[in-house]
Parts: sequence; structure tokens; C-alpha cells
Amino acid sequence: MKGESVAIGRLERFVADWHMAEQAKLEKVEVAVPASNGHRVAVVGSGPAGLTCAGDLRKMGYDVTIFEALHKSGGVLVYGIPQFRLPKEIVAKEIDNLKAMGVKIVNNAIIGKSETVDELFADGFEAVFIGSGAGLPQFLHIPGENLLGVYTANELLTRVNLMKAYRDDYDTPIKHFHRVAVVGAGNVAMDAARVAKRLGAEHVYICYRRGRDELPARLEEVEHAEAEGIEFQLLNNPTRILAGEDGYVTGIELLRQELGEPDEKGRRSPVPVQGSEWVLDVDTVIIAIGTSPNPLIRNTTGGLTFTRKGGIEADEGGVTAREGVFAGGDAVTGAATVILAMGAGKAGAVSIDKYIKDKNA
Amino acid sequence: MYKVVTKRFLNDAKTICLFEIEAPLAAKHAQAGQFVIFRLDEQGERVPVSVADWDREKGTVTVMVQAAGRTTKMLHTVEQGDYISDFVGPLGRATEMEGLKKVCVVGGGVGCAIAYPIAKEMHKRGIEVTFIGGFRSADIVILKDELKDACDKLIMCTDDGTYGEKGFTTVFLKQEIERNIAEGKPQFDRVIAIGPDIMMKFLADVTRPYGISTIISLDPIMVDGTGMCGGCRVIVGGETKFACVDGPDFDAHQVDFDSLLKRAAFYKEEQDRDAQHICKMTDGHRRGQALPQLQESRLPHRLPRRRPHPRVHRQGRRG
Repeated sequence: MKGESVAIGRLERFVADWHMAEQAKLEKVEVAVPASNGHRVAVVGSGPAGLTCAGDLRKMGYDVTIFEALHKSGGVLVYGIPQFRLPKEIVAKEIDNLKAMGVKIVNNAIIGKSETVDELFADGFEAVFIGSGAGLPQFLHIPGENLLGVYTANELLTRVNLMKAYRDDYDTPIKHFHRVAVVGAGNVAMDAARVAKRLGAEHVYICYRRGRDELPARLEEVEHAEAEGIEFQLLNNPTRILAGEDGYVTGIELLRQELGEPDEKGRRSPVPVQGSEWVLDVDTVIIAIGTSPNPLIRNTTGGLTFTRKGGIEADEGGVTAREGVFAGGDAVTGAATVILAMGAGKAGAVSIDKYIKDKNA
Repeated sequence: MYKVVTKRFLNDAKTICLFEIEAPLAAKHAQAGQFVIFRLDEQGERVPVSVADWDREKGTVTVMVQAAGRTTKMLHTVEQGDYISDFVGPLGRATEMEGLKKVCVVGGGVGCAIAYPIAKEMHKRGIEVTFIGGFRSADIVILKDELKDACDKLIMCTDDGTYGEKGFTTVFLKQEIERNIAEGKPQFDRVIAIGPDIMMKFLADVTRPYGISTIISLDPIMVDGTGMCGGCRVIVGGETKFACVDGPDFDAHQVDFDSLLKRAAFYKEEQDRDAQHICKMTDGHRRGQALPQLQESRLPHRLPRRRPHPRVHRQGRRG
């Protein structure tokens, strides 16, 4: 289009899709299996950070095993991001490629429960990369969050993306909701809203305390949500969730806000308009205000240090306070993006390579 | 793929079945009070179930499952030697036993399957264990012999008196507490109750006036079991807790039973409908187990021939 910027993302997607389609036509795809250098590395979590780290290490010759807590590999790529944003076939293909390259994946293995990091070292792994993500949902701490019909975005997305609850031939149930309020306005909130809409909800509202210019989601996600008919209730901060006698959600009380002075980051902070509470009629509330790192590893691994928000402390190369333990992705930064996590996986692989080489030098 | 090493029904009515599953990773650290999550096959739900026993050398974990919903009914049709698709654990915290001297363990129905390993472990550690096992009637009683070796005193009761004493567990718990007082014996340090939510609610009411520390094991609705979905939240002492990572054991006197009972029934409508519903796509032949190394054409049921339709289409999309 004349006058529009070049759509690099879409061009890349086209090339990748075309490559995959052409490759599928070939009878047998030769995958180069790098020779093993005899050093074993364990990767905890098969999300974007873990997969990238494992792939890079395997290419360097390391014998890599990924431990994944869920029955399906891919982490947030399979449980979090919906099919319409990232087709699961692409994730499956990438994972198959890694397996063909010789990366081992052990599913249903929860590091911190089934096995600890200490045991991985005892089993002969020379280094451990922790890419366990940020799976713990945060709550608003307003009254009514445990009423019937209040979901975390994680629960809704996991039921739909991972467990395929929308399909008749899958057993996991999902409620058929009609009017949905999504609290939060990040990329995950947009995903949750669109999933709810596609499941048949008549009205899906995004409730956010700031204005349109302050929406934390990518502009493209906001536009897609708008195009699908998601209704934005901006400058509205939820104060409580209401329910009938039976405990089922009947509405969400919102307090109107005005934009005040910009804060230190330049974002204009919302100021409540006193006495402006009103009730939005909904039967379902989805809380999508972010996630924090899962405490399973934190509680069972000695020698690591953690940030105030519960992330593992690591430098840009993924080096942690404990020798031989590396970390990257949301497990370090808290909820961020797939791209950042992949970058951290790459950096982690470089650091692990250096660490093992130095140790054996 | 996880092999079913042993399968055996535990009672005459065949409502509760024992499965010993080959799962070395879960067997490695399993402890009394923890749970696992299993999934039958690709279409199956993730279903949490308490650990009943384990064998670290053989690498097996035993679970005792009551047929309730569609998945558990299907699990009951899985035979010895078959495979199920997933089995992950151990999850949750183990039951605390440190420093206890005298404990009363109360199990209600299938709850006895969870209470049994806890009682056995405590008994092994030299804690004086009184076990009260309650059932509706004689035909569903489980672990009659095993329980005798897992405690110092065993009281079995049924609602209709067809096995053991006649009456509810609450009656016998109160009786034992009163007996300790009357005979000047030390009181229970702790009561551990596992069974239907409503039974645990009433047991908590029994111990409250005596000030006896009471722990219950909860099994709310959950998906992943690792703290991710937040579906299993329970209100304990006014605070929201996740049963999967903070529990499953909680202080019975702090649990908000009203919220617990309501949340447990959230998907009842869907479950009832699913129990009736025979999926046309598998011609109603889906048995649930995953078969290793079998060609598709040799599967005992035909694979879906229709394009899967999203559920919303079937329910009619309004608006």
C-alpha cells in the first residue's frame, strides 16, 4: 500500500508459512542432528525461553533435556496464546523439529515437585536453565473475586487453548457466558476478550482505569479487539463484583476516573471521580491484570536470589547467584513478551556454553 | 503413556476402584496428603486425585477413584495392562505430622482412600491413631482389612447400619472426644477429616467447641494443579488460597464452607449434561485409554469422521 509502512511481521509470517507448507510436500525432511559433545544440560519449562535455549544448545552439540510440567509442550504458546493469534500447528512443528534435532522433552515433570534442581545436578546435568515462566495469576483484591463466574485469564485461556473446552469431543467444561467484563487491558486481556466473544458472548467489555492512549496492549491487538466488537469501558476502575443469592455473578461495580497529571513514566494516572460508581450488568468477570513467577522453584531451590516481585535474579546473560543455574524469560522479568523470552533463551544458551567450556578447560 | 499395572474394585458395589499406575517421576517424592493429576487420552480432562499409596522401587503410584463424572466412569473401564495418556505429580503439600502424638483421622466414603495413607504413615511414625470411617451402606465400604493395620483404634460406621456401627462420623468423633475427657486420657492433638465437603463442615463444627486443631483436605475444581489457573481458590481465614499449591490441607475452622460448596458445584450443569451426552464423533465408543504403538486403524473405536464443531454452535448462538 502506498504511504503505509512495510508490514515486516506479516511478510515474515508469510515466508514462514510458505516454507512450512512447501516442506510438508516433501516426502522426508532432512534435519541435521548435531553430534553430541557429551555434556548434559537440563532446561526447565518448554515455553519460548526454554525452547530457544534448548535449540541453541543442541546446535552447539549439547545433550539437552527439557522438563515440562504440562502434558503438552510449548508453555504459554499452547496454553496462553489463542489459536487465532498463533496456530498450534506452528508450535507443534517447531517442537517436532527440536525433537528431530535430538532435544529430549519429558512432559508431566514438575521441577520443584517431581524432581528438584539439586536432583538434576545429581543426575549428571552440568547446567540447568530455568525458563519456568510467570504463571501465577494476580488478583485485584476487591470484594467478590471468588464468586461464581469470576475467572482468571489464565483459567479461561487454559481451558480453551490447552484443554480445547470449546470442542464437543473434548471433556473439559466451559460455561456458556453472555455478558463478560474483562478487567485489565494488556495483550492477555485482549486475547481473553476475543476468546470470550468467539465462544458466543453477546457483549464483552474491557474495563480499564486509564484512557485509550494509556492502553498497555499493542495497538494492533487493540484494533483487532475493536474490529471483533469488543466494547471498551475506559476510565472505569472495578471496585467490587456483585452476585445474586446463589453466588453467581450479576454485575461489576465500576468507579469512573479522570486522567490526572503524568507520573514519572509519563503515563497520566487516573483519579477517581467520587460518588460515580455504576454497575455494569455481566454474568462473567475475567481478571487479566497480569501474572507473577510461579513459586514452585523458588520454594525448592537453594542458592538463588529473587527480586521483590518473585522473579529469579539473573543478569542479561541469564547468570544467577547459583553456580550452574541459569534463568531467563518471564521467570526472571515477570510477565513480558514471547520475543523477550526467546532472547533470554538465546543469551542463556551462550552463557551455559561459556560456563561448561570454562569449567572443563 | 502410563501403564495401569493393577486394577481392582475395592467394594461390592464397584463404585470405587484402585489403580496402580507406572509413573516413576510421580512415585519418587509422593507423600501422604499429596495428589496427582491424570488425563485419560487426548480428549480427556485433567483430573486431580489423591495419592493413596506408592512404591518408590517399582516406580508406581496407587490411586483410588470413585466413578462420579464422565471421565471417572471412563477410567473405570480401563483395564489392567492398558495405558492412560498422562499422570503427573506429586502436587500440593504433604500432610503435616511433625510433633503429633495422638490423632483422630476421619474418612467419609471415598475420602477413606485419602485418609488411609495418612493414617498409615502416622501409625508407622508411632503416632496414636484413631480412625473413623463412614459410608452410606455396606456395599460401598472400602479398605476393611487395610485400615485395621493403619491405626490403633478403628471405628467403621454406615448411615444405615449395614456395616459396623450405625450413624454418622460426627457422632462417633464427638463420642471419642468425650471419652478422652471422661476417662482422663490425653485429648487428640489434631483431627484430620477427609470426605464430602458437607461432612467436613459438620466435623469442623464438632471439634470447634473443644478447640481441637482440625485439618481438612480439599479437592476443588482445578485445571493445571501448579498454581496457574487459580480455579481452585478457597477462602481460608478471609484470605484467598490456592488448594493446589497452598493446600490441599487447610485449617477446617478457618475455611469458608459456603463459598467452597458453591464453587464445587459450578460446572454441575455441564457435568450432568456431559454424563448423558454420547459424543457422536467417536460413536460413543471412546473408552478412554491411550494405546501404545497401535496403528490408528487398529484402535478399538473409530476416530472422528466429522469436522469438530465448536460447542457454541450446538448450544445456539444468541445475539
